[in-house]
Amino acid sequence: MSNEEIGKSRRKFIKKAATVGSLLVTTSLFTPFNAVVYAVERPKDPSKTWWGYGIDIEKCIGCGRCANACKTENNIPKQPFYFRTWVEQYTIKNDGTVKVESPNGGIDGFVQSVPPEDIFKAFFVPKLCNHCYKSPCVQACPVGATYETPDGVVMVDETYCIGCRYCVQACPYGCRYINPAKNVADKCTLCYHRISKGKTTACVEVCPTHARILGNLNDPKSPLVKFMKEHTCLVLKPHLNTGSKCFYNALSGEVR
Amino acid sequence: MPPQLKRLIPLFAIFIFLFLAARSFLVPKSFGEQGHYRFNSIAENKEKAMIYAGKEACDDCHSDRIQEMETDLHKGISCETCHGPGSAHIANPDSIKPMIPKGRDFCGMCHSLNPSRSKLVHQVDLKEHNVTENCIECHNPHLPCQMKK
Ligand code: HEC
Ligand code: HEC
Ligand code: HEC
Ligand code: HEC
Repeated sequence: MSNEEIGKSRRKFIKKAATVGSLLVTTSLFTPFNAVVYAVERPKDPSKTWWGYGIDIEKCIGCGRCANACKTENNIPKQPFYFRTWVEQYTIKNDGTVKVESPNGGIDGFVQSVPPEDIFKAFFVPKLCNHCYKSPCVQACPVGATYETPDGVVMVDETYCIGCRYCVQACPYGCRYINPAKNVADKCTLCYHRISKGKTTACVEVCPTHARILGNLNDPKSPLVKFMKEHTCLVLKPHLNTGSKCFYNALSGEVR
Repeated sequence: MPPQLKRLIPLFAIFIFLFLAARSFLVPKSFGEQGHYRFNSIAENKEKAMIYAGKEACDDCHSDRIQEMETDLHKGISCETCHGPGSAHIANPDSIKPMIPKGRDFCGMCHSLNPSRSKLVHQVDLKEHNVTENCIECHNPHLPCQMKK
């Protein structure tokens, strides 16, 4: 090839490369790729439901009826390490150390092992899936077996789950486990079979002091929105930006 | 057209066809309808049976008991908190009876003295409060402030 010809084909190549490159950039503007591509959004239409949950730590008496009812309602193995919801007893001692206990998730009740004179502060913290709307667990699933419903509940498709345990690792709140019978991931469904029929969840049903509140965040008249207006509510691990929809009143900084 | 392309194009076409065919068999129905998941799974999750019936359901037959309880401090508590799940009992009220809680430990789950427990609930030391008898010998479980003796 002569020098002139080489120059021509180089120009051609650069032209083609530039077209392809600019096409790529413009198409990526139309469908921006980001990590929360699987996240659902809070519906703008106020008549649509957007489920959330409230927990009043001041009212929790640690009876563990919620954890017990959850296991019965959802047919969860009785061994003491499979829970969709459980209660933790936090004891902050005078010397600043924190003791966290949850014998059998609280189902058999609690005893305080620390002598009263050493206790600075003690309280119960019920835990359950936070039904995040930017859920780390949903993003981690390699097959699309876990998802967020349009009304904001995180659920597992147990016929599609391959039991790879990525989501169990991904959940910063420890709210998932592998169901030993089916060998698939399992978690709180916010009693979807109940709430979609107008009933409340099993844990809210049996709570004797109304420390647990289920509600529609999109409805200004729902009990949850009222609870959040009346109290200063926080979510767990806000720095992780998971979009948690589980709001705690009187949450101490020690709670993890 | 160069000869190598002539052979490769049909080959690629067959590959792509096979891939699409396999994909249409492997991807379940309703996958991707609303997002990267099987949309029918929502309906399947909805179908599960309810084990706890809810306090309103007891009202059909035990309304007198519910009204009675409204007058005392256990009013906020659902029947099923103490009696366990009730759906099976409602379906067959005569053959299936709900659990009847027994023993001091049962009341103690809510009432035993514990510094972590919210002061909203009155607490007694189970080792001191009338140790010899069962709680329901004295307290009516439905009307706790009313004494049987
Ligand atoms: C369809 C009507 C019906 C409904 C609804 C119903 N019950 Fe009953 N229940 C009965 C009948 C009938 C009996 C038997 C009464 C008897 O033996 O004197 C009974 C007895 C009981 C007993 C006593 C059991 C025993 O061993 O003596 C309890 C406790 C009870 N019901 C709780 C509940 C609860 C809790 C609910 C709500 C989840 C409920 N029931 C809903 C009809 C009903
Ligand atoms: C604080 C726990 C508690 C709650 C809440 C409760 N019960 Fe009971 N219930 C008991 C206990 C304990 C007994 C056993 C009483 C006995 O043996 O004397 C009992 C007995 C009964 C019986 C058997 C008949 C009797 O009086 O012995 C019926 C029926 C009953 N409960 C219905 C209900 C219904 C309906 C509700 C909801 C409105 C309810 N209970 C809520 C604790 C409870
Ligand atoms: C699921 C939790 C729970 C269970 C189980 C329970 N209670 Fe209660 N009880 C409460 C709550 C909540 C109150 C209302 C708050 C208060 O005043 O203490 C209450 C109030 C009482 C009171 C009135 C306290 C006062 O102010 O004088 C008595 C007495 C009592 N319960 C006795 C019992 C007995 C006896 C049993 C066992 C049959 C029992 N409770 C089982 C939750 C429970
Ligand atoms: C011998 C009868 C008797 C027995 C058994 C009994 N109590 Fe009581 N209880 C009483 C009387 C009387 C009172 C009211 C006087 C008082 O405050 O001490 C009372 C008061 C209470 C109170 C209210 C305390 C307060 O601070 O106002 C609670 C809660 C209570 N009992 C729970 C229980 C529990 C739980 C059991 C079973 C472990 C039980 N009781 C067993 C007779 C009894």
